[in-house]
Amino acid sequence: MAPVSPVMVRPGPWQRLRRELFASRVDGLISIGLIGGLVAVGLGLAKWVLVQAQWTVISANSTLFAVGRYPLEQQWRLWLLTTLLALATGLSWGLLRALPRSGASARAWPRNDRWAVAILVVLALWRPMALQLALPIQLRWWAITGLLLLARWAAGRWGAAIPASARRWMPLIWPLLYLLGMVLISGGLGLVRVAPSDWGGLLLTLLMATFSILLCFPLGVLLALGRRSNLPLLRWGSVLYIEFVRGAPLITLLFLGQNILGFLLPGGLAPDRVWRAAWVLTFFAAAYVAEAVRSGLAAIPAGQLEAARSLGLPMPQALIHVVLPQALRVALPATVGQFISLLQDTTLLSLIGLLDLLGTARTVMANPAYLGRNAEVYLVLAVLFWCCCAALGLGSRALETRLNPTAPSNVTPSR
Amino acid sequence: MGWLRRLATALPLVSVLTLVGCASEGGGIQSQKMATVKARGSLICGTDGKLPGFGYLGSDGRYVGLDVDTCRAVAAAVLGDGEKVEFRDLNPSERFAALSSGEVDLLARNTTMTLSRDAAGGNGLSFAPTTFYDGQGVMVPAASGLADLKALAGKPVCVPSGTTSELNLADRMREQGIAYTPLKFQTLDQMYTAYLSGRCAAVSTDRSQLAAQRSTFPQPEAHTVLPVVMSKEPLTPATINGDPAWADAVRWTLFALMQAEEMGITQANVAAKVAEAKAKPNQADLRRFLGVEGDFGRQLGLPADFVVRAIGAVGNYGEMFERNLGQKSKLKLERGVNRLWTQGGLIYAPPFR
Repeated sequence: MAPVSPVMVRPGPWQRLRRELFASRVDGLISIGLIGGLVAVGLGLAKWVLVQAQWTVISANSTLFAVGRYPLEQQWRLWLLTTLLALATGLSWGLLRALPRSGASARAWPRNDRWAVAILVVLALWRPMALQLALPIQLRWWAITGLLLLARWAAGRWGAAIPASARRWMPLIWPLLYLLGMVLISGGLGLVRVAPSDWGGLLLTLLMATFSILLCFPLGVLLALGRRSNLPLLRWGSVLYIEFVRGAPLITLLFLGQNILGFLLPGGLAPDRVWRAAWVLTFFAAAYVAEAVRSGLAAIPAGQLEAARSLGLPMPQALIHVVLPQALRVALPATVGQFISLLQDTTLLSLIGLLDLLGTARTVMANPAYLGRNAEVYLVLAVLFWCCCAALGLGSRALETRLNPTAPSNVTPSR
Repeated sequence: MGWLRRLATALPLVSVLTLVGCASEGGGIQSQKMATVKARGSLICGTDGKLPGFGYLGSDGRYVGLDVDTCRAVAAAVLGDGEKVEFRDLNPSERFAALSSGEVDLLARNTTMTLSRDAAGGNGLSFAPTTFYDGQGVMVPAASGLADLKALAGKPVCVPSGTTSELNLADRMREQGIAYTPLKFQTLDQMYTAYLSGRCAAVSTDRSQLAAQRSTFPQPEAHTVLPVVMSKEPLTPATINGDPAWADAVRWTLFALMQAEEMGITQANVAAKVAEAKAKPNQADLRRFLGVEGDFGRQLGLPADFVVRAIGAVGNYGEMFERNLGQKSKLKLERGVNRLWTQGGLIYAPPFR
């Protein structure tokens, strides 16, 4: 006989509103005051956005904000890269749905996905129009969005039919795409070289952030392992490095990287200032990631490693197969928090004269044609950064549920 | 960051000393910097990149501004093409280090020439001719009828806090025994908002900045920048000390732009003037200036027609000024002391002889 579950009465929206906002007279007054305040602020903002703000500063400089001074005749490479990224995203998304983890339900279009599609379509239709982009560029955005959704649909439908041996190589498209993207952006292999000093805007910000995030993670793991190592030289080296970097503000290190490297290496030998900044960001973030990973390592009972060793696993394998998977899962939220702040730290690049998003914004605001349009520019920047950070946060939460062995993703937590 | 600043001042000194050592061995017109620039095929120029009228990125991704044009003129004179410039956005704290470390070949970043920046024991720069004489000024609403500092007695004046502007105003007012109320603001946005809302009778900072800001006001013509100038801010391009041949090339390229205005040579008519110089052997001054005869270019280590190339790239000094700061720009700055000496200003090129 199946156990009888307690009957749960879900309160209607009005009842909930009453219970949560107007339970007593004081509650009601506070709620009315707060709601009134919010409405006033919202109306004021809406009026400013729709009536008072002059958005030509954004539409006229949209290319600058997107890619900086990237040469016009080479921009097709970026379009190609965006298209490939959209295809890869659609493919991965569809495959994730077509091949759920064991125990999870295989639904082709869960509710979250339908929401995501709706938001994507609205963004693709509305954003290029709101920015008054040229028609060919609008069409390109529509085509890219269409491709993404098409890939998502196709992969979701026929993904399960791909043989397992081919499927295993699928995740490799991302590193390959990253390398290809680097070549497409910077040139080489027959393409015209575009100097890093010509990269800018969102392109530079995302490039710096992804480069640093990708490299600081393995570095951070190594440093964390080094700090817990039994070899004194390795341990003290790691401690010294981590504490030195954590003891200095990022901006100091960035200046150090820009100015001192110029003195130490003669003229042309110092790597380009963009790459110098990227390395400084990477080494900076690695120290913080190391501490996050160390906290994960500390959370794993010593018995785990001992058990793995006693089964005959050599140390590296014990670490890779037993300790690290658990430790990294524990450290995931803190690590992603570090990635998000790294993405925001890229704005400091504008202080060393690079044209990242903030740097581009500052030079656009110095254009006499757009003097005084600071509020519009900063608002757009805030929205862009929020979108990027929110995406990182959502991704990390999805990863957490997927990696969590005790709560399979098919069990929706009941409220 | 005190140690960083100390390091930043110490390191230029070291490198300047080594460069002085190198230069004394060469002699003649051997310029290490010029050889570097020519070998590289482009001039690396340190600019502000975020200053209205002096350097900023236009919507088409091209740098624009008075400092930017200075760079283009030098690139045109040395390399024959005003587009062969790589711009480096520099902030105030790193600009001198960038110059002395060789990161940039030329610093055209609204830098005020001062003794300690020029001296070998200070920042050790070598200054070119001043391209813009700025100074601290005062802006008032035109309807207020305020005409000089005395009229500000007992009135509130907006100043950016923690700047030389704040100190200069206090000094000038104390000298003249005028009591006033300074209202200090952390950011310029706040300051101008307060000024526009009538919280202060006047606002004081550099005159070029006042003019730039005025162009953003709903009614720019309702505000006047008073003729009073409270400080000297000669904004001057600079090169590294210890490469005199390079400094000379930069200096005389800029003098050539000023001389061109004096001689009425513009970007539009420079080709006609060259033809005229070639046709008329009696025009000795013009012929020498444009490199039709004589060897000014060779003496500087530049091509014979470096003047023609520089003017062809950016026009003469007056055209540069009007295009970026003056009547043809949105800033609508008066020439003022930045007129030619023949019109009572300070722009003066020594003779091309």
